[in-house]
Amino acid sequence: MSKARVATVWLAGCSGCHMSFLDLDEWLIELSQLVDLVYSPIADVKAFPENVDVTLVEGAVANTDNLELLKEVRERSKVVVAFGDCAVHGNTSAMRNPLGDPGELVAEAYRDAVTKLHGELPNPENGVVPALLPRVLPAHEVVHIDAFLPGCPPSAERIRIAVEALLAGESPELAPELRRFG
Amino acid sequence: MSNGVDLFDLSQKEREAQAAYRRHVLCCGSTACLSGGAQATQDAIEAEIKERGLEQDVRVVATGCMGLCSRGPLVKVRTRGEDDVLYADVDADAGRRIVDEHVADGQPVADGQLSLQHPFFARQERVVLENMGEIDPNRIEEYIARGGYRALRDAVTTMTPAGVIEVVQRSGLRGRGGGGYPAGTKWGLLAKAQSDHKTVIANGDEGDPGAYMDRTVMEDDPHRVLEGMALAAYATGAKHGYIYVRAEYPVAVRRLEQAIRQAKRHKLLGKGLFGTEFEFNVEIRIGAGAFVCGEETALMASIMGQRGTPVLRPPYPTERGLWGEPSMINNVETLANVPTILRRGAEWFASIGTDTSRGTKVFALAGKLENTGLIEVPMGITLREIVEEIGGGVAGGKAFKAAQTGGPSGGCIPIKHIDTSMDYDSLLALGSIMGSGGLIVMDEDVAMPEVARFFMRFCMDESCGKCLPCRAGTFEMYELLDAICEGRATAANLARLETLCDVVRTDSLCGLGQTAPNPVLSTLHYFRDEYEARVVPDTVAAAVAADAGGASAHERSA
Amino acid sequence: MPGVSLRIDDNEVDASPGESVMQAAVRVGVKVPGLCQMDGVSVVGACRLCMVEVAGTPRPRPACATPVAEAMDVHTDTEQLREHRKVLLEMLFAEGQHVCAVCVANGACELQTLAAQVGVDHANFTPPPSRLTMDLSHPRFGYDPSRCVLCTRCVRACAEVEGAFTWGVAGRGREAHLVADLGRPWGEAESCTSCGKCVSVCPTGAMFEKGTSVGQRRVKRALVSTLTSRRERESAREVLK
Repeated sequence: MSKARVATVWLAGCSGCHMSFLDLDEWLIELSQLVDLVYSPIADVKAFPENVDVTLVEGAVANTDNLELLKEVRERSKVVVAFGDCAVHGNTSAMRNPLGDPGELVAEAYRDAVTKLHGELPNPENGVVPALLPRVLPAHEVVHIDAFLPGCPPSAERIRIAVEALLAGESPELAPELRRFG
Repeated sequence: MSNGVDLFDLSQKEREAQAAYRRHVLCCGSTACLSGGAQATQDAIEAEIKERGLEQDVRVVATGCMGLCSRGPLVKVRTRGEDDVLYADVDADAGRRIVDEHVADGQPVADGQLSLQHPFFARQERVVLENMGEIDPNRIEEYIARGGYRALRDAVTTMTPAGVIEVVQRSGLRGRGGGGYPAGTKWGLLAKAQSDHKTVIANGDEGDPGAYMDRTVMEDDPHRVLEGMALAAYATGAKHGYIYVRAEYPVAVRRLEQAIRQAKRHKLLGKGLFGTEFEFNVEIRIGAGAFVCGEETALMASIMGQRGTPVLRPPYPTERGLWGEPSMINNVETLANVPTILRRGAEWFASIGTDTSRGTKVFALAGKLENTGLIEVPMGITLREIVEEIGGGVAGGKAFKAAQTGGPSGGCIPIKHIDTSMDYDSLLALGSIMGSGGLIVMDEDVAMPEVARFFMRFCMDESCGKCLPCRAGTFEMYELLDAICEGRATAANLARLETLCDVVRTDSLCGLGQTAPNPVLSTLHYFRDEYEARVVPDTVAAAVAADAGGASAHERSA
Repeated sequence: MPGVSLRIDDNEVDASPGESVMQAAVRVGVKVPGLCQMDGVSVVGACRLCMVEVAGTPRPRPACATPVAEAMDVHTDTEQLREHRKVLLEMLFAEGQHVCAVCVANGACELQTLAAQVGVDHANFTPPPSRLTMDLSHPRFGYDPSRCVLCTRCVRACAEVEGAFTWGVAGRGREAHLVADLGRPWGEAESCTSCGKCVSVCPTGAMFEKGTSVGQRRVKRALVSTLTSRRERESAREVLK
């Protein structure tokens, strides 16, 4: 039997969901028998590959890089999962939304704050730092999402139940206590 | 004066005084004409008459609304023994010319004349508006001279309260505020309630965009409202009445205050009316601009000095209303029908209209028509007759697309139903409602999703915020409609909109929320293709949302 | 007074006249979800989460505000009701800023628990948020309107149990929010006795004690109903004397 091609991506989030994924401990070894991890922040692959079976998306869509990557993920994956509260509804990543113009926030962080380093604003034109979107969006506002895995972070137990279901070609059914936000 | 003989005297004297003039120049002094410069017109006419020394012979009266508001200022010249002549678009110069040629020399001015045989006037049937454009609303004498307060006198002196209710019941009068609840039944409920502190309330918190039926009645025939209330009070055993008027109607408030003073002076309000034990007093309460205060429980909360939010029914106001006592809320137009019903009889009233919708309905005819204004028509008239005959057809030769009745709580009627009868039940069957009388005609250029967005914006702004479905639902529906109109909504968004319509309609606490989805539902029903044409694929929507959604977040917070 | 019997989700229930369908349901183990209802204060029927179907009535009715009646046939968990509850909760998430991860009430929040129970795993639509500012002027407590679900438990507890009438609601529709003393900063509200009843009854983290961190909120939600039932018992004893 061929192994499922699984990817994880890290958009605007804290990587806590990936940390929780690593909390699966020895089950990860079993998992490695079943899947090929074809793209992930914890694997050294530069471009998002074609023909992915399942992609877990951590993080909200906050900048142009996130937006492009998520569109690519959707085009190249059969199943896309919103992985954790940021991808599910924006969560802490979206807390800047009520503050309005991201330009002002960037100026505050990089130029005006007492903790500033160089006092210079990042310039998205030079391609190093991507431009912020006017508003942080949850994944399902950008592309179609097949399953939602809430939690900040989702516990290892939730992840395992969800991933097992997805690998079996089913949509994950989480018990109420395993699908709460936060 | 305290009895009917005096009332008759007053009426007689007023009529004689009026008959002494050879000519009357009736200048429409209603809000629409005033905003079109009617005051300058009237001033010019009066100055010209004075200049020519005609004051003894000619009387100038500022009357209430003559109806054809789109052609104001309107001036009517009435001459003993001759037909009335109506002039439209009368500015100060035209007013002077009318005095010079018509009033002074008896030669009607050829320009600007409007035939009173024009269908706009000829197709109407005036019950509620019978005094509009005829009397000076500042003078109680003129109301009495046209038969005013006679119904009250006769009811109080010759009829039992139950007898009055019986007449109202038999007339088939239904609530004109939107719901269409039988007025006689409601009156019967209050009459049955046991309390010494019953209240009748006139609901003048008219808030539908473009509607001004109640405003006109309150401004231009205030005594009719008072008489209707007094009749309701006599029939139900109430001693106290409130008129709830929105603050945006300052002229109505002034005229009603004045009318109350006049009625008290003539002992038509107060204690021991017409030499009987009957006692009735009226106070005015002014709203603060909240649409939801037209909902009866919110209205009562507002009268009691509380935040104007609806409360759960039952108990209904006739069981527990103002300060816990039985109360009854009637729309201004409903009450304004009553004096005429009592005067002319239930059978006469019931002969107008259809089997289930008796009498007439006042509509504020607005939108893309040749003639717009305030009309009163027998129920059962078709929409086509209103649009093509009274309204003179769609303006600019464009095609009729739809008509919105019932304002933000109503729905649209498309061309294929233009022959529908305008009555409570037929409109309900088409997914709209009679409502309070807003009637907006739209031509082929109007995009229906934008109409729905307009009304949803209104409901969102006017939701009181108490119950979740209305507060959050109208907002979310507005955002979705905005996304549809601006081309950043997906098919999933459209499906979500329909789900929300269902939830908000089913679960909201009061009528505002329960009816808020109606404009969406009815435009979706008849013009679904217009919605679907604007839906875009996921990726397009995402890109636009990432751009525009953020911009709107910024605007909101700015 | 004779009791009434009715059916709730096919359970036979005996109830006293005047009881609500929600109260009667609890006795047969049927927990109808709700946010605004709270024992010990008046009923407002505002959250509409407890809508139930009553045979013979055209539209669902709030269980908290519907009195029991003889032979009533109530269903609390039909497919339509479940679907509507889910949408209603999604609306709450869409209108507020409910970031459980950084909320004092995380783990002790009724909204969070209800969402999980009802099956809300994401908010279908996330519109632009409004910008509401917190009131941190009170020395001991804070109010965050973006977490407020406008259940008005606090308003009723303050008025009906504490008798202070400090809290009220201002603003229409989406702008609706709580105000102390008709719009003063909470810390300057002279009527406030700082009793903390409002904080203890808040179903979310909208009202909190200062100094509590994420997930640290410890609530005594039964405080108000305990007080009112003790008062009732006390006044009954007075009558007996």
